[in-house]
Order: sequence, then C-alpha cells, then structure tokens
Amino acid sequence: MSDSLQQKIQEICQSSNNDRVRMMDIVQGVQKELGCVSSEAMSIIAKATKSHHVEVESVVSFYSFLSKEQKGKTVIRLCNDTVDRMKGCEKVAEALSSELGIGFSETTADGKITLEYTPCIGMCDQAPAALINDVVAPSLTVEKVKEIVQNLKKDADPSKLSLGIGDGNNVDSLVRSAVKNNILKTGDVIFTDNESGKGLENALALKPEEVVEAVKVSKLRGRGGAGFPTGLKWQFTRSAEGKEKFVICNADEGEPGTFKDRVLLTEKFDLLFEGMTIAGYAIGAATGILYLRGEYVYLKKFLEAKLQERRDQGLLGDSIKGKDGFNFDIRIQSGSGAYICGEESALISSCEGLRGDPKTRPPFPAQKGYLASPTSVNNVETLCSATRILEKGSDWFLSIGSRESSGTKVLSISGYCKNPGIYEVPFGTKVFDLLKEVGAEDAKAVLVAGPSGQFIAPNEFSRVICFSDLGTGGAIIVFGPKCDLLKAVHEYMEFFVEESCGYCTPCRVGNVLLKKKLEEIMEGNGQPADLDYLQSLGESVKKSSRCGLGQTSPNPILTTLKNFKPLYEALVKVSEDGMQPTFDIRAALGDAEQAAERKSVLYTD
Amino acid sequence: MSEKMITFKIDGVEIKAKVGQTIMQAADEAGVYIPRLCYLKDLTPHGSCRVCTVKVNGRCQTACTEPAVDGAEVENKTEEIEGIRRDIVDMLFVEGNHFCMFCEKSGNCELQAEAYRLSICAPKFPYLFPARDLDGTHPDIFIDRNRCILCGRCVNASRDVDGKTVFEFVGRGSEKKVAVNADANLGDTNMAITDKAADVCPVGAIIKKRVGFAVPVGKRIYDEKPIGSDIEAKS
Amino acid sequence: MAKPKIATASLAGCFGCHMSILDIDERILKLIELVDFDKSPIDDLKKFTGRCLVGLIEGGCANEENVHNLKYFRENCDILISLGDCAISGGLPAMRNSMPLKECLDEAYLNGPTVYNPSGKIPSDKEIPLCLDRVYPCHEIVKMDYYLPGCPPSADTIWEALVALLNNKPLDLPYELIKYD
Repeated sequence: MSDSLQQKIQEICQSSNNDRVRMMDIVQGVQKELGCVSSEAMSIIAKATKSHHVEVESVVSFYSFLSKEQKGKTVIRLCNDTVDRMKGCEKVAEALSSELGIGFSETTADGKITLEYTPCIGMCDQAPAALINDVVAPSLTVEKVKEIVQNLKKDADPSKLSLGIGDGNNVDSLVRSAVKNNILKTGDVIFTDNESGKGLENALALKPEEVVEAVKVSKLRGRGGAGFPTGLKWQFTRSAEGKEKFVICNADEGEPGTFKDRVLLTEKFDLLFEGMTIAGYAIGAATGILYLRGEYVYLKKFLEAKLQERRDQGLLGDSIKGKDGFNFDIRIQSGSGAYICGEESALISSCEGLRGDPKTRPPFPAQKGYLASPTSVNNVETLCSATRILEKGSDWFLSIGSRESSGTKVLSISGYCKNPGIYEVPFGTKVFDLLKEVGAEDAKAVLVAGPSGQFIAPNEFSRVICFSDLGTGGAIIVFGPKCDLLKAVHEYMEFFVEESCGYCTPCRVGNVLLKKKLEEIMEGNGQPADLDYLQSLGESVKKSSRCGLGQTSPNPILTTLKNFKPLYEALVKVSEDGMQPTFDIRAALGDAEQAAERKSVLYTD
Repeated sequence: MSEKMITFKIDGVEIKAKVGQTIMQAADEAGVYIPRLCYLKDLTPHGSCRVCTVKVNGRCQTACTEPAVDGAEVENKTEEIEGIRRDIVDMLFVEGNHFCMFCEKSGNCELQAEAYRLSICAPKFPYLFPARDLDGTHPDIFIDRNRCILCGRCVNASRDVDGKTVFEFVGRGSEKKVAVNADANLGDTNMAITDKAADVCPVGAIIKKRVGFAVPVGKRIYDEKPIGSDIEAKS
Repeated sequence: MAKPKIATASLAGCFGCHMSILDIDERILKLIELVDFDKSPIDDLKKFTGRCLVGLIEGGCANEENVHNLKYFRENCDILISLGDCAISGGLPAMRNSMPLKECLDEAYLNGPTVYNPSGKIPSDKEIPLCLDRVYPCHEIVKMDYYLPGCPPSADTIWEALVALLNNKPLDLPYELIKYD
C-alpha cells in the first residue's frame, strides 16, 4: 500500500479522533476511499484506534456494505425482495447482468462496477429498485437499466445519472433523489399540519417527570413493531443510575416491505428531531443519536443540514430555548447493511463501533445501553408521535385510535395492489378496509408486519390493526390470487438465513434447516411427517433464540402452515416403499460419471 | 453473613440464591444441574449456545444470563425444555463436522457429553457437511474449525483473562467463525500454551499438540458418569 | 414356529461393526437359538432367502452399489437399523464430503504424492461401482428405524438392542451404551 493511502487511512481515523467507538464511521470512510477495507488497512486502523486487527475484521465482516475484498468504484445493489420480484426484478437482473457482462457478486474485468443483490432497501412502493453506491434508482425497467449501465461506463459517478425526479423534499438540493414519497392517506397525528416547536415548548414548561407522565397517560406504544409502552421506557431510562444518558432514534427499518420511516425522515424530520429533544429532556440525556440505515444514506447530508438549522435556531445545543441546564444535541450514525441492527441492542452495539450482535439482556438498554449508560431507543414514528402528544395533549391522542391502541399507525403498503404507498390510519382499522383503499380486494393473502409478522388468509381480513390483534411495525404486503405463496415464504427464509447474526445456535442453524426442509417440500419430495418437523423445529427456534430475529424468523413458515395448510398438503406424499424421495441417485452419480467418462450400468436414466 | 437471600423454585424444588446470582449459579450451588455448553464458570456468560434454556415464569430464558428472582418458578427438566435442548445439540452436531471416532477430545468433549446425557442416538436433522479450515501453524496449539461450536469461550478468555484478544468472531450467520488476531494464522499471534484460551474449548476445536489420547477409553471424564454428575453429587 | 431372521450388511464401513457383533462372545449361541441369519457376510449368503425381521446396516453409502444394496435391504427387512457411526453420519468416509468428488479422485489416482498410475486416468471399469457425489448417511437414502451409535457400537449395545427388538420391548439404551467412539 502506498504511503499516501496509508496516510489517507490515518487521516480518516484521525477525523473520528482515533476513537474505536466510532469504528463504523472509520471503516465506512475507508471503504469509500479504497473500495474495501483490506487486511493492511485493518492493521492501520487497529493501530490508530488502539484495538486489534481481528476486532476491526470482526466489524468489517459483519456488515454487507463493507468488504475485505476489493469492490468496484461503483457498486450496483439490486433489491431482490419478494415485492421487487413481483414487480419484475428478475428481468431487470438479467438485463443488468448481460449489459455488464458479469453475474451477481462479480466485478467487471476493468474493476469499475460491482453487481450485487441486496435485501429490501425500503423502496417496495417503487419496486424494482436498486442502490448505486448511495444513490437510489427506483422504478427500474429493462430499458432504464440499460441506459444506466451505458452512462456508468462513461462516467462512474452515479450522482450524475438522470434517474427521474422525486417529490417533496426529495428534490431538495441536498437530496436530489428520484424517490417518491407516495403519501396516499394522511392522518391526524403524523401527516397533518402541526405547530412546529409547540411540543418542545410545552415540554420545557413541564418538569421532566411530567413529560414522562404525559407520554404514559397517552398510552403511546413503540411503533417499530414490539409495541413497548414509550412512557415506561422513558421512565426506566430516567430513573436508571448513570452519569450520562442517551436517546437513540432507530431509523434502521429493515423489515422487508417497510418504507414509512424513509418518508418520515424526508418530510417529518422536524417532528422527529423535536421528539428526540423532548425525549432528551424527559429522561435527562444530553446526546441523541439518529441511527440511519445504510440504505438511507442519501438523506444524510440533508438531515445534517436540518440539524444545523436547529442548532442555529437554538433548538439544539446548550440551554435549548433558553432553558438553563438543558443541553442536547444529535449526531447521525449510519449503518452499513445489516437487518439485525434494527433490534435495539444490536443497534447499540453498532453505534459503539462493534459487530451488530444483540446484547445479553438483562441488563436492558434502559439500564445499561450505549456505552453502558441508560439509553432509550425509540422508533422514528414513536418520537414523531411524542412531539404531537406534547403539542396537543394526552387526551387528544387518546381520542384517536382504539381503546388500548391510541393514535395512528403509518403503514407501508405494497405488493399486489393498485396504489402502493404510505397510509396513516387510526388503530382499529380492519384489513379489508385497507385492501379496499389500496385496490386489492381480491387479495389471496396479506403479510402483516412483514415476514417476522404473519400471513393471514381472506377469512381473517376482518381482523384489525392494533396491538391486541394485528400488531405491526408498518409493513403490509399484499399477495394476489396468482401469487405463489410458498415461493415468497422461501424467499423470506432466505432473507432470515442471510441476516441472522449467527450469535445463537437456534437462529444460526435452525433457519438453515427450516429453509432446507421447505425446499424439499417445494420440490415435491416432502412427506406428511415433514410438516410436523417444520412445526416443531420452528417452535424450538422461536422459543430458544436470543433476540427478536430468531424469535420471529420461523413465522413465514408457521403462519402459512396454520393459515394455508392445503398449500403444503398438496405437495407432500407418503413414501410407501420406505425410500427417501429426497435422494436422487442420478444427480448423485453425475460427478462420478463425468470423472469416469462412462454412464452407470446400475442406474440408468 | 449478612448477604440477602432469595428463594425460587426449579421444577418445584426450592432453591436459595444470593441477590444478583444467575439461575445457573444458584442451581450449581444447590446441586441442580442445568445442561450448558458456552457457559464456563469465571468467564462472562455468553448466552449463545442456548442449551441452558429454562422456562422462568413461563418464558424461555438462558439460565446462565438470567438473574434469579425471588419467587420465580423455573422449569428445567420438563419434556418441552429437554426437547428444545435436544434440538439445539442436534443442530450443533449437524452444523459442523464432528468425527467423534478419531477426535482426541472424545470422552472429554462437552458437546458429546450433553448429547449422551440427552440420550441422543442420532441427530434428527440432516448433516450439513460444511467446508471448514484447520490451522496447525502454532508450535503448541492446533485449531480444527470443523469442531467449533462458536461458544465464544476462547474469545472471552483471551480478551478478558489473558488480555490478548487472540480470537474474535468474524462473518455473520452461517458464515460466522472464530478468526485469529493476524492476517491469517494462529502461528502469527502471541498465543501461548499457558493462555487460559488454550484451556477452555468445550470441544476439540482448540487442542494442545502432543498430549492427545493420554487417557484410555473407559477412564475419560464422561465415559461412565454423565456430565453434571459432580454438581448433582452436591445435593 | 419359524425363528425370525436377521440380515446384516457392510456398506461403506470397515467391518468393525461386524466384528462387534461377533464380540457378543458366548451370547452368540443364545442368539442362534433366537434367530436365523439370512443374507450376511457372516454366512456369506448373497441373496435374501425370505423376509427378515431385522436388518443391521454397517457403513454409509459412498457408491451406487451401496445404494443398491441398502434399498435391497429396505425391501426385504421389517426393521432396519443403522449400526455404528458410518451408517448414521457417513463416518470417516464422509470426511470427503466437504470437497468435490473430482478433487478426491484426482488426489487418489492422479496427483497424490505416492500415486503410480501410468495411464493417467481415473479407473472406470464397469466392475467398479461409481462413487456418489458425497457419502450419504443411510437414512438419507431409505427410511431407517433405529440407530445404534458407536465406532463400533459395543457388543453389549448390539445385544441389548436385539434382545429388546426380539422381545417387542422399547429400545432404551442406558448411559454407558450410548457412545460415539
């Protein structure tokens, strides 16, 4: 490695104060500069940050946007999520591959362009979509990608591509993205006019405990999926012992089919930052971190500018709004492609510059979170709702939604429907009302809360979106009458296998085994007992996994086994003669026949 | 002694514990064995193998990380929990390449011993036969990743006890493995045979050279008595 | 009443499990009183003479002849037992499973340091069964009913299992008899 490159790496480390806690920023910087984080680079980083080579490797090897091996100057990551496949991603993939003359996970001979698949990038409403470095290329067609590749061959800088013009703040000079917001239904809490700054003003007029109380009274629960009562989380964090406390906003929505936080970050950043500030005041934190998923880095400059505006207006920094002793600021930490980091303790690990492994609980983040200090991790939408609660009062919030599920839910609806996009609905909305609205009344199945949620059948479309029935972080994926549901289930199992952090046995191994058995059944080689095998293995994985990923990853299989059992039953049959249908003697002999240059005499075609 | 004591139940039997003890620590002291693999006394509990899964007031938790709480009802030796443990041990067997017949750890291997204790004759899952690598570059220590169960004992011991960080996990999901603090091989690290990390492997993944097969079959740790018999002897 | 019949086979194994059958010592006289041996290397019967109650299978399936033989046993035995680690997991021969067959054959017949092979070819005589792409545990080819682990399973293990099956009792091996080495 040249001296100047070495120096460049050292400068990148220096710009993060050689602080190993900022390892994510460092390795992201090096990846961008070098196209990889090579073993040599790891040594330089380890030396600068007083860590170990293997610790740097541990981080780099965890995140899919980081690599030890050299990547092209331009990396095209085509999203191959189930919804993208419904919308023609396979044809786009072929076109990309033939136009570039390479397969997926390969780099062109000149080393310029790398082609990869990536799971859901939060663009299901404008699928198929791809990331070209940080640039989002939505609504792709075969013609479009041909043009893109031709232009990239001339100029490697993807920001110069003309990919279309987005709407709302996507046209801001700091975003300049082709992404569309697709806000198709506004509601009373989030997508409505509000009096900016009023929530914070009202909060600062109260004691911090009173702010916590107001949120508790409002019955606000986490919008990320788990639904933990927000006020209680703030109270635990507030009352936990610790010199410093932290507010972290979880903007790492990675559940396939979710994209609502993308739109909230683009259009409702003020509600969010105000909510984080209120949370900081309520729990006694001076620092907030916005953990922005790697796929949304195209919004980072824009959001940073918005934070700066707030600093300039005295809404962040010391003595906010003249309130003596209330100091609070926000930094943005970007992720690097790891679904697991949406799990709050994994997200904290990532913020600390570590692999995105979930942490052992207890202690919970509210007791010991970021850097072992009490930390409240809240979803984007939760924090936006908190702002509105402080602005309009707990009673107002309670008056919206259903009895135990107050407020509204912002849903990302996509798949088989005429109008995919963002819908803000009050809790208590029935699934078939949603389907009517999005133009999918003939749906065969709806996946509520993404693959970690549940597949429901038409006889359950009268169920309602709320915490006591169908809880959801917001992903609703609709499947049409012609959809191959088991194919989708298989794709989701592939996703979980890919995204498991590998820390605990049941999730690391169990998902591989579930997927393998499902494949046998789909190939027509399953037996009735295999359905019990799936059920029992799936339950074991759910019960014994360490975090939410493994505790929900068997759901695509388990919920289709429950609600669409005939699909499986049609494929399995008893092997009367005791032979295993999964064993294919002809396939097993192929290699030997080739090596021996003769056919089997015992087993002929 | 003025330490505050609490009481909880494991499978209906009352257990006393000091405040702050985990279920595992309290059970060990009371002579109740909870099967485990990644847990090793004196190392930070890793909570990764999940073999010590128990039900605490109806919820599955790992005994090695879960604090004992006054009045808790813990299920340890139930059909459901033993079933989960069998699944997990089976998973570990099919995930790697465990050739017990020639492994020098056989008879003293904790993975094998847990399988014996659970009366496993054959795993119910298909063997995955992964391609895993070996590292014989160190003069005194040998790594065979075919046998590694990713328990993290070596990682923790090297970092927390030896102060060296010779080992750390790299990769994720089914690609996850233990790597060494060097460009490639263990021989390039400052690992020493006297390190705690050389002594903690529950299986035959980290093996000291030239000392194998010293004890004849029949006299090895788990040949006659199940793993955990020493703990159960206390009750 | 005719005595039930037992058959045995050694597929990709080392015959160690069969040695262990013989290791039941004087109990073999009792066994002969209880059962007749049908197709087995012990009596060198090449074909089944009739339906068997129990088939004991040593070794996994490494080649097409193993598969053929195993299926033949499944067709002719009521109960099939995987006898020993090779039948259960593929055992030592399965060490090749993490690499492609071609690599193994090249190493064995072309590139190995001690290879003398002037023809420069991998043997392909029709008398030699073709290898499978990997070594398969028996239960991946046909349904197996019981598993007796060990390398080899001890004579006591085999004895306990046979006695239990012949007396229609459940097969519950005590701690000392479940061993993988």
